[in-house]
Amino acid sequence: MTLTAPTQSPAGPVPPAPAPPRRKRTVGATGTASRTLISAVDLQRHRTLYFLALGATLVVFTLVFLFPLYWMVTSAVKSPAEYAQSTPTFIPESWHPETYATAWTNMRIAKYFTNTVFYAVGGWLLSLVVDVGVAYALSKLKPVFGRVVLGAMLASLMLPAAALLVPAYKTVVDVPLFHVNLLNTPWALWLPAAANAFNVYVLKRFFDQIPDDLLDAAAIDGAGRLRQLWSIVLPLSRPVLGVTSIFIIVAMWKDFLWPLLVLQDPESQTLSVALARLANTSQVPPTELMAGLAIASVPMIVVFLIFQRSIIGGLSAGSLKG
Amino acid sequence: MARARGARAGHLRRKASDNLLAYAFMAAGLACFAFFSWYPLVKGVILSFQQDNFVVPPYWVGLDNYRALFDDPLFWTAWKNTLFFTGLALIFGFALPFFIAVLLNEFRHFSGYFRVLVYLPVMLPPIVAVLLWRYFYDPGAGLFNTLLRGVGLPESQWTQSSTTAMISLVLVSTWANLGGATLMYLAALQGIPGELYEAAELDGASVWQRLRHVTFPQMRFIMLVLLLLQIIATMQVFIEPYALTGTSNPDTITVMVLVYRYAFTVNNDFGLAAAMSVLLFVVLGAFSALYLRLTRSSGD
Repeated sequence: MTLTAPTQSPAGPVPPAPAPPRRKRTVGATGTASRTLISAVDLQRHRTLYFLALGATLVVFTLVFLFPLYWMVTSAVKSPAEYAQSTPTFIPESWHPETYATAWTNMRIAKYFTNTVFYAVGGWLLSLVVDVGVAYALSKLKPVFGRVVLGAMLASLMLPAAALLVPAYKTVVDVPLFHVNLLNTPWALWLPAAANAFNVYVLKRFFDQIPDDLLDAAAIDGAGRLRQLWSIVLPLSRPVLGVTSIFIIVAMWKDFLWPLLVLQDPESQTLSVALARLANTSQVPPTELMAGLAIASVPMIVVFLIFQRSIIGGLSAGSLKG
Repeated sequence: MARARGARAGHLRRKASDNLLAYAFMAAGLACFAFFSWYPLVKGVILSFQQDNFVVPPYWVGLDNYRALFDDPLFWTAWKNTLFFTGLALIFGFALPFFIAVLLNEFRHFSGYFRVLVYLPVMLPPIVAVLLWRYFYDPGAGLFNTLLRGVGLPESQWTQSSTTAMISLVLVSTWANLGGATLMYLAALQGIPGELYEAAELDGASVWQRLRHVTFPQMRFIMLVLLLLQIIATMQVFIEPYALTGTSNPDTITVMVLVYRYAFTVNNDFGLAAAMSVLLFVVLGAFSALYLRLTRSSGD
């Protein structure tokens, strides 16, 4: 989204790079291909030191990055009394998994969860259709002023979220020419999300690599431009479409500031915005809030575990050449 | 001859119809950009010279908004806090991913696990990370003070003391975001040819010297890029102060929080908020332009 700083996910969607080659599992595998700072011979010689360092790093990293998530999931099943005691328990002594169900209904997580899914899927579909259209036109139809259009879109990447927040909010409240109010409607999220220069750029670069000869051959067989897009360009672009889709959905799920502004009606709010609001009211018991946090994280963690290769590959490839 | 002319006319006709089609394909995209990117940009600058509170129609006030900003003590506090946050975030968030990546790159085991691990917090919705840490920071029953008590260290008030509030925000922000930079550094490290290390070692370079004279120079470009990205992102920090310390805490009020206050909570003054946004844009625009130049300079 242009309204979320393009920089907040430091590398947007990019064509997936081949997954990094799996390292040999033996300490001190030979071959200069995997040669790093410390040579294989040295690693072999100081094997004890290596395994000590590895073990220490494993423990520290698991504690730092995984333990908070464990804490979140297990805190939710504690009884409110156990949760509130001044010396926290690391393994829950009371067991109330029904807190998750209570949170789902009492905090109306079900409603916010459905909202968020609806916004993410809708925004994904719309962004994809809109951005593929632009990228295909710029890449294959090469219209006059195509470069100007691309330049103007890329210029929007320079805009920090802050620069657009207030005027974009005013636009949503009263869309020029149409004079409709999009506040509290999905369109307030979807339309700005579709104006994503990064997606356009990444898709266009990928389309550029598809040889024009392929399209010309199809044209001779009587395929129109739309048909060429549908039957040739899109099937060939499956990898880039996949990565772009993942990054769009993740960005929409994680977005906070913009939904906070344009979805003020609790009925229309996303999970993130609702959780922030509920966290500041005293009606919600903290264990239920923990359950809410866990529920909000699950879809992203599932997406990550399923698509980790694309996500990590996309990040790795995307850092430099978008 | 006639056939050639016919072919050329056909070509031209095709060109014209392609142009029409191209703009048809782009129509939706152009509209989205026009309404939600290009128009707001212009509108933002215009608004910054207007008085607009949503009650009466906006009218011109010249430089009054900017003057009001400079007279508002919170304005200076917000900039000071934002620069402090960015600086602290650079100390933690810029160096740490680099050294984590260098470390992980040496391990021949669990490399997939490590990658997933450091990136896991990045996948969480930011509000989840921040609210979770709010409980860790709780001075009474919070996890951190329990741990500090456990090892006999003095406890901290974390977000509730003006000396540690900002550091607390930086810590959670670093935890939640360092995975992205780490993975990018890791990818870049894998691109360093092994022969360079080999040659350096033959010349008698120690591990530290190899790090200094091989790894650093090879990584200079990506480090610069990530430095710019991080400055741009951290100067727009919002969610951490919003959810951890509130929007009226002078210790942690940042530029974005102040924009939010001006427009939506305290002042309901859109002109004032727009003027603040324009100033932030001017500062960040320079970094953004440099970033785009660096990353896109090899043609489009």
